[in-house]
Order: sequence, then C-alpha cells, then structure tokens
Amino acid sequence: MPTLNIIQAVNDALRTEMRRDQNVVVLGEDVGKFGGVFRATQGLFAEFGADRVIDTPLAETGIIGTAVGMALYGLRPVPEIQFADFIFPAMDQIVNELSKYRYRSGGQWTCPLVIRSPYGGGIRGGHYHSQSPEAHFIHTAGLKVVVPATPADAKGLLVSAIRDPDPVLFFEPKRVYRAAKGDVPEGEYAIPLGKAKLTRAGHQISILAWGAMWYEADQAAREAEQEGIDCEVLDLRSLQPLDIDAVVASVTKTGRAVVVHEAPRTCGFGAELAALIQERCFLSLEAPVARVTGFDTPFPYTLENEYLPRAPRILQAVRETVRY
Amino acid sequence: MRREPEVSILARRKGANGLPAPAQQTAEAFPLYRVIQDDGSAPPDQIGLADADLVALYRWMVLNRTLDERMVAMQRQGRINFYIGSIGEEATVFGTARAMKPSDWILPCYREHGAALLRGLPLATYICDLLGNAGDVMLGHQMPCHEAWRPALYTSISSPIGTQITHAVGAAWAARIKGDDMVPLVYFGEGATSSNDFHAGLNFAGVNKVPVVFACRNNGWAISVPRERQTASETIAQKAIAYGIRGERVDGNDLLAVHGATVRARARAAEGDGPTLLECVTYRMEGHSTSDDPRSYRPAELVEPWRKKDPLLRMKALLARRGLLGEAEEAKLLADVREVIQLAVKEAEAHPAKPPLETLFEGVYAEPLWQQREQLQELQRALAGDPRVADPRSARR
Repeated sequence: MPTLNIIQAVNDALRTEMRRDQNVVVLGEDVGKFGGVFRATQGLFAEFGADRVIDTPLAETGIIGTAVGMALYGLRPVPEIQFADFIFPAMDQIVNELSKYRYRSGGQWTCPLVIRSPYGGGIRGGHYHSQSPEAHFIHTAGLKVVVPATPADAKGLLVSAIRDPDPVLFFEPKRVYRAAKGDVPEGEYAIPLGKAKLTRAGHQISILAWGAMWYEADQAAREAEQEGIDCEVLDLRSLQPLDIDAVVASVTKTGRAVVVHEAPRTCGFGAELAALIQERCFLSLEAPVARVTGFDTPFPYTLENEYLPRAPRILQAVRETVRY
Repeated sequence: MRREPEVSILARRKGANGLPAPAQQTAEAFPLYRVIQDDGSAPPDQIGLADADLVALYRWMVLNRTLDERMVAMQRQGRINFYIGSIGEEATVFGTARAMKPSDWILPCYREHGAALLRGLPLATYICDLLGNAGDVMLGHQMPCHEAWRPALYTSISSPIGTQITHAVGAAWAARIKGDDMVPLVYFGEGATSSNDFHAGLNFAGVNKVPVVFACRNNGWAISVPRERQTASETIAQKAIAYGIRGERVDGNDLLAVHGATVRARARAAEGDGPTLLECVTYRMEGHSTSDDPRSYRPAELVEPWRKKDPLLRMKALLARRGLLGEAEEAKLLADVREVIQLAVKEAEAHPAKPPLETLFEGVYAEPLWQQREQLQELQRALAGDPRVADPRSARR
C-alpha cells in the first residue's frame, strides 16, 4: 500500500474516478496543464485531455453555475474552488441553485457534483486564504459537507462523494496537505459518507473534531494522558450527514465533551453539536459541553497561532471540563 | 496621448473628441430584424414555417394570452396566490421555442410557460403547479410560475435573476463532451444582463465556443426599472461584442423574425460557430406580476404605441392576408381555447389542496437524512396534538 500525502490522495481519488466513469470531469481555475495551485489535479490534463480537465475563466459563480448545468445534463463534475475563501461569489449558485434543484423540481432534476476546496488556517494566509466556511453549507438543506483529516480518508471519502447522488462540499485541510502522510489503498476505495471514526477510545471525555483540527485534538489527548486524563477522540469526517449515533454513544459513555473547530465560535458547527448533545445526552452529562474554536473575528494574519484552537488550548478545555 | 481607433463597426460616427459616440452607432450595427409588416405581408423566403404551423402557433399565442388573463383573474379571486404573465411577449416565447429541436433543452426564466406548454406540459398540470396542490409535480415546494417539466426538457425555475444562464452553458458544454446534438435555449430578461451569471455565462461560452442560444426578452422593464436605467448600452445585442460572440437584434413581437433568427442561431451553434446573444425587442404590457400595479411607476402613454405592435395582431394580419384564418375560424379558435382552459382549471382544482405531509421532507436529498426523518415525526406529533399547526389562522382556543 503506497504512502501518500493528502494532495496525492486527492489526486489518486480523482484519477481513479475519472478512469472508472467518463462522466467525471474536473473544472476550475488553473486545474488544467498547471495541475492546480496545490497540484491536486496534476497529471490529469495529460491523461484525460482538455474536455475533462477544464481551465475556466476566473469567476466562481461561473465555475459552479457551469458545473450545475453539466451535472443536470448527466456529467459528474468536480469543480475546484482554489481557496474556500473564494467560494462566496458562488454562494447564490450553491445556496439557491445547487442545494435546491432536486427539491424545487419535485425530484425531476438533480445536480450531483462535488465542490473541492482547500480550507483552514495556519499557513500565514491572512483573511482570504484561511477561512473555514463549513457552517454556511451545513446550514443549507440539500448539501452534504465532508472534511477529511487523513490521506486515506481524503481518498475514500472523495470517491464516495463523487458517486453520491447529492451535491457535496469537500473541504480539504490545506495546512496538513503535505504534512499528513499515510497508507492509502490503491484502486477503487470508498468510505461511506456519514460515518465518524473513533480514533482513540477513552472513558473520561470525548473530543470531537474534524479536518486539520483532528491532529490538534489527538495531540491534546496524548498530552492529557500524561496527566492521567483518559480522552476519547472522534474524527467526524462528515458533518452532513452527521454520524449522530457515534456522537451520542461516545458522550453517553464519557459524560463530557469538547468540540473543536477553526471557524468562529458563534453559530459555528460546534454550537449545533453542543445543542444535539444536550438534547440527547442530558442525563449522562457531568459538565457543560466546551467549545474550543476560532474567535469571533476575521481570520488574523500575525496572531494566527493564538487564533487557532491548537492542542494547548484544547488541553486546557479538557482539564477544565474533567474538573468541572 | 493618442488613442487607437475603436472597433471599426463602432467607428462610423465620431463624437466631439474624435472617438466614436457609442450611443449613436449601435442601432446601425445591430439593426432590428423584422419579417411581418403591418399589413400582414412578409417576404416569402423569410417565412420559414408551413401554413399549418403558422395557424398552430397563432393558436398557441391566443391560448397563452387567454390563459394569462384567466390566471390573473383567478389570482384576483384568491384562487391562486401569485401570477406572472407574458402578455405582449408571446411572439418572443413561441418564436424561439418553436425554432429549437425537440431534443434541445429549454432553461426558462419565469415568463416562458408557453414554451413548456408548446412542448407538451399538460395545461391542467401547469395549473396544479400554480395552485401548489396535490397534483403539483413540484409537490408544493415552489411558488406559482416556477414550474419544471422534465419530459419537455424544460428545467427548473428559481427567482434569483440570471442564474440559469451559466446552467445553460454547462449543459451545452456537457452535451458537446458527450457528442450530443443538443443546443440549449436559455431565456432571461434585459434586467438579467446586469447579473453576475450573465457576464460569467457569456464569457465562459465565448471563450469555449459553447453551443447555446442566449435569448434575451428585452421587454423594457425590470419590475419598475426601465431599460435605460438598467444599462447604458443602446442595445442588449451589442454586449455580445465584448464577449467575442455574435449578437442579433430582432423584433420580438414578430413571430417569424424571432423564429428565423433563432433557427439561424441554433444552426451556427450546432456547427461549432459558438453562441449567439439574441435580443428580442418586445414590451411588457402588464405589471411585472400580480404583486405590482405598473400605473404607479409607468406612464400610460409609454404603453400605448405598443398596443399597435401587438404580436397577436401581427400574426392575425399575416394569416388573414394568406387566407389561413377567417372571422368565423378566429371566433371558433377563441371559443375552443376558452373551453380548453376552463376544463383544465376544473381538472386542476379537483385535486386536494395540499400534497401529503411527508412531501415537505421529500427531495431535500436523494434519501432523507436522520434530521428529515426525525423532523417529520416531530411535525406529525405536533399536528396530532393540535390541528391548528396546519392552519394557524383557524379559530384560537
């Protein structure tokens, strides 16, 4: 089994699906000959040609609107938005068109496609190369939202997303694009959407995380162990559909939960998780659900380490929640 | 600093500074194409349709007009909530739609229900969509005049303006990738030419020579905003120059002019010569919808000249001159159309007023997620507990 980083795993997934199904096409800015600014589509232009690996003009609404039309016609487009921060010009297409097409046509028309986009901070990217916009899309009925943390999950989840009958937002953790390495199965490899991964079993407290923050949660759990605190870590992987059973099972067992995400706290997905946990695990809870998140500010440039919920802040929340 | 001359077609007349005065030469560069004259005469080589088709299309135009009037009346009676008609724009709708092949997709704006009816959307089904009742194929999910009808390759309508333009580009692109002879017809109003998706769509299509017919119904008004407050371009067609595509301007109240120009635009697209921006110059004779009264923003004298240009009068003159429709036949046609609509209304209103409760949660995803399943049960419990959940205006306790 080859060892790949996340970029290579994404590339492998795209290549695998494009070989399997000729309806799969890739489109976006710089995705063709250049292979994408992060190289996720490297080599695809040479293998599949300009008809299936399409360099588009620089307009996100055009990329997504065109992809919607392609999907309506029966292709399986995988548009790339170069940075998640640049997805907002396409919000109307995503929120008012893509997400509602099946519903508003009474199921007569559907537009399954996967929007791939690198998200997240920690790369010295400032406001416009760092944001984590997942909550906007989870809040829009009709969309699925997937955020892998590891190379194997990036491949397996992207393959499933491309085969899924619904539109999927696929946010890739760019801070660990190359730093994260792992064994990735060759060929067709799919991981079902909506299944969380229990990466560390414990009995005292559950840490819920996804994407790049899973690494921070894992680190915090290791450090907590040194202090005698036994953490369980859940990598949610798919935020919509959400593996509610896994969340409830874990928190019912531990009685405590810390939710971690990079996005600002207010109305972040952590708020939804906290609400679900109190609705479903109320009698098991030993402490309030803690949120370790980005702050309610634009993403900062110089103080990005302070902004991001890295392991030390998570560890403090773990200690406080266990001692509550 | 000396500036190079502009594009030659724009440079025929010079303004005071020696540069072309853009507002002066575009009508010259994009002359209005017209076929049917006021007396009903038409150059034989530009008719392009058989006699039987001319009569059939006239019938469709009359049906559409009568339907619009009837639906507005039903809205005033409180039987439907809202309506958007196309009175005055019938030649634009039927001329374009009839020019496409049956396998071509139609991506509507919201004033082209006539195109769906022409392609077989049953009238009663359309009226069910307006009612949002149990017969509505959209399951009551959409407000009136947002119909979709897949059997006619007629896609789904949204209210945001211009968003279907990029969809048409994608569908055309997909068809070309698959090797299909499919040229989409996408409709939008002149207001949509200000939208993001107009720019993105025409630009994407121009760069890649994507086969699309962009049909702009320039009806002069975007709710209360007149065309001259929408764009400083003298014509809509001239916007094509900037995208490197072909633009044409036709008399949108002339069915044969619209039909002929659309046939040619389709043929060019299918042959790989790229898209066309077709400006159909017409006029919105009524309000934007049943929700506005145009008298509050539009002087009546602006509308008057257009009454003489009524597309139905033009067609009637053409048919009369060609001996295809006499007074008796006209009267019979009108009576027949009224009866067809009456029966369709009756059939549509026979359906229950609401689709089943579970349809509220259907079609959000291919399969409902746990949230939709749980929320349906929650709603069922709430309804069982208090039927006023479904009708909060009913008597309070």
